[in-house]
Amino acid sequence: MAGPEPGAGRGAPAAPGTPAPRVYIVDDHGMFRSGVRSELSGYVEIVGEAADVAPAISEISAALPDVVLLDVHLPSGGGQQVVAAVRAGHPEVKFLALSASDAPEDVIAVIRAGARGYVTKTISGPELLDAVRRVAAGDAVFSPRLAGFVLDAFAAGAAAELERPSFDPELDQLTGREREVLRLIARGYTYREVARELFISVKTVESHVSSVLRKLQLSSRHQLTRWAAERRLT
Amino acid sequence: MADEADTSAGWHATTGPDGEPSGATASGHGPEWLTRLGARIRPGQPGDGPLRRPLEGRLLGGVAAGIAERTGLDVSLVRAVLVVLALVTSGFVAAAYVIAWLLIPAQGADTSIATTALADKRGIALAAALASVLAAALVIASALHASWVAGLAVPLLVCAAGLVLISRNADPVERQQLREFADPAGRPSSRRRSRLLLRLAVAVLLLLGGSVALLEGHETTAALLRPLAGIVLLVGGIALAFGPWWLRIARDLVQERQARIRAEERADIAARVHDSVLQTLALIQRRAGDPHQVIHLARAQERELRSWLFDGRAPGSLDSEAATVADGVRLIQQDVEAQHGISVEAVTVGDCLLDEELAALLAAAREATVNAAKWSGADVVSVFAEVEPDSVSVFVRDRGRGFDPDAVPADRKGLAESVRARVARRGGSATVRSAPGEGTEVSLVMPRVTADRSARR
Repeated sequence: MAGPEPGAGRGAPAAPGTPAPRVYIVDDHGMFRSGVRSELSGYVEIVGEAADVAPAISEISAALPDVVLLDVHLPSGGGQQVVAAVRAGHPEVKFLALSASDAPEDVIAVIRAGARGYVTKTISGPELLDAVRRVAAGDAVFSPRLAGFVLDAFAAGAAAELERPSFDPELDQLTGREREVLRLIARGYTYREVARELFISVKTVESHVSSVLRKLQLSSRHQLTRWAAERRLT
Repeated sequence: MADEADTSAGWHATTGPDGEPSGATASGHGPEWLTRLGARIRPGQPGDGPLRRPLEGRLLGGVAAGIAERTGLDVSLVRAVLVVLALVTSGFVAAAYVIAWLLIPAQGADTSIATTALADKRGIALAAALASVLAAALVIASALHASWVAGLAVPLLVCAAGLVLISRNADPVERQQLREFADPAGRPSSRRRSRLLLRLAVAVLLLLGGSVALLEGHETTAALLRPLAGIVLLVGGIALAFGPWWLRIARDLVQERQARIRAEERADIAARVHDSVLQTLALIQRRAGDPHQVIHLARAQERELRSWLFDGRAPGSLDSEAATVADGVRLIQQDVEAQHGISVEAVTVGDCLLDEELAALLAAAREATVNAAKWSGADVVSVFAEVEPDSVSVFVRDRGRGFDPDAVPADRKGLAESVRARVARRGGSATVRSAPGEGTEVSLVMPRVTADRSARR
């Protein structure tokens, strides 16, 4: 996963000076919720949990947590509904998508709805904690798999755009540097290792990743969603 | 029906063992031409054992072939006699043929089709429905004072009802043969072509006979129209009376067929889940004391289930050769996880078909991954493959103990050299980066030579 620095682990209960992030959990499996709760307890403040779309939207809007851990699949629909509904009124609430599914269309849909990152449910406790802290601090969390998806999606689009010029080149293409950063993340590098490899600061890596996330969310290119849907069939 | 089933049993009993070939002694007395003719019409010796319909060498139900085999007579001769008899008896021999088809067990089968058909309520209902159609035809015939129709109708009825029961109750092999026979676009395999010709010949005969029968005695077309209109009215009335029943039977048949398909699908899914998930769960319960093993089992099962659910790959289908780069990487992941009990994070960007060069690249990547699993001490190895228009690169990275490339231990030297040699031979390049305590990364690049640039990226 993207987050973990070697040896970082659970370290201090929270970085000195910053309060523990307030976390809300949305998942329809009670067993998974309690598992996450026990793994994160002591390091974050769990402010509530919900098992479906409607209660999640109303409770999150009332509790206003820093980070929402959101299952991509919920009984009455996709997690992206929760993201869209909450962010319409409270754009400061950040979402981290958790999923048992590797299906690209699920991941891309929830990211495009506004989630700040995506990790799989098999992630270890320390890695999850690290990802939560990162998202709380305003960064994006890219797993190697998500980085691979994004590279694939933008590459597929680039081939199509040779024939049809891009609508908005600013948003529809990755810069060379962003591509390099994503490649290293896909190779399993942490942000710190990426920074060292490219002779840039960790902050710069984070800003590249955030910029990629913005492009992923704002790009009007329909190839992006179509790619995700098609990839499943190939 | 019950009586017929009993007769079938009797049929076996009458055919006892027959030791001496009687044909040979008979032909010894007559003149030579008779002997030759004898040999011609009776090329084989009469077989012993009960009468069976052979699966090979049959044209329709295998009755003629069975008789030929049993008596030693030539098959074509038996067939010709049967056809002539069928024509002479205005179809009664054809009906007898169908009944024989029902009653004589196929070769290798214990029971006749009739035995199975007794339990097939729906099939019997369908046969009865056909009987009602033919009864209607008889009514029409008598209304038109065409008594010869009545003579044809009974054998037709028997044939139709018998064929319905046969097509529903024959064993799968025979049903398949029937389907092939009924396939309108019979492909030109020699056996099928002869069947197609037979079917077409019968159809042409029926059409010709029908036209002649209609036109006979009606010099003008106008005179033909009146009885035709009458027939149409009668058919309409009968269809109105019996139509809903026929429709219901037809619908029931469709539903039954769909239910069978669903049941087969469920059985297929159950079999797969049993072979994979249930087996793994059973193993996990038995090894609950060994967390490492449990994690390993769960992970391997997760991968397999995932590739079945999301990529439509049947469990175990990736066991053999990979056809594309993404498949190959998945295969490495699967094998290394299974054999070395570590987790392999695999990410692939783009995909293309494998050629010899790329297969060599993947072989090197596999070696690097296995090495990382064996020696690095890390529990995760990341494999990243990217297919670009001009080249394919693979990176294998671990966060294990690493080593100093300048003071290479012997075991690591083996890795670097053999991996490098594998790809260099094909025009690729390999780099190994490592430092003590910082893990190892093997980078492999292979230029693409095949003109497969259109492949999905």
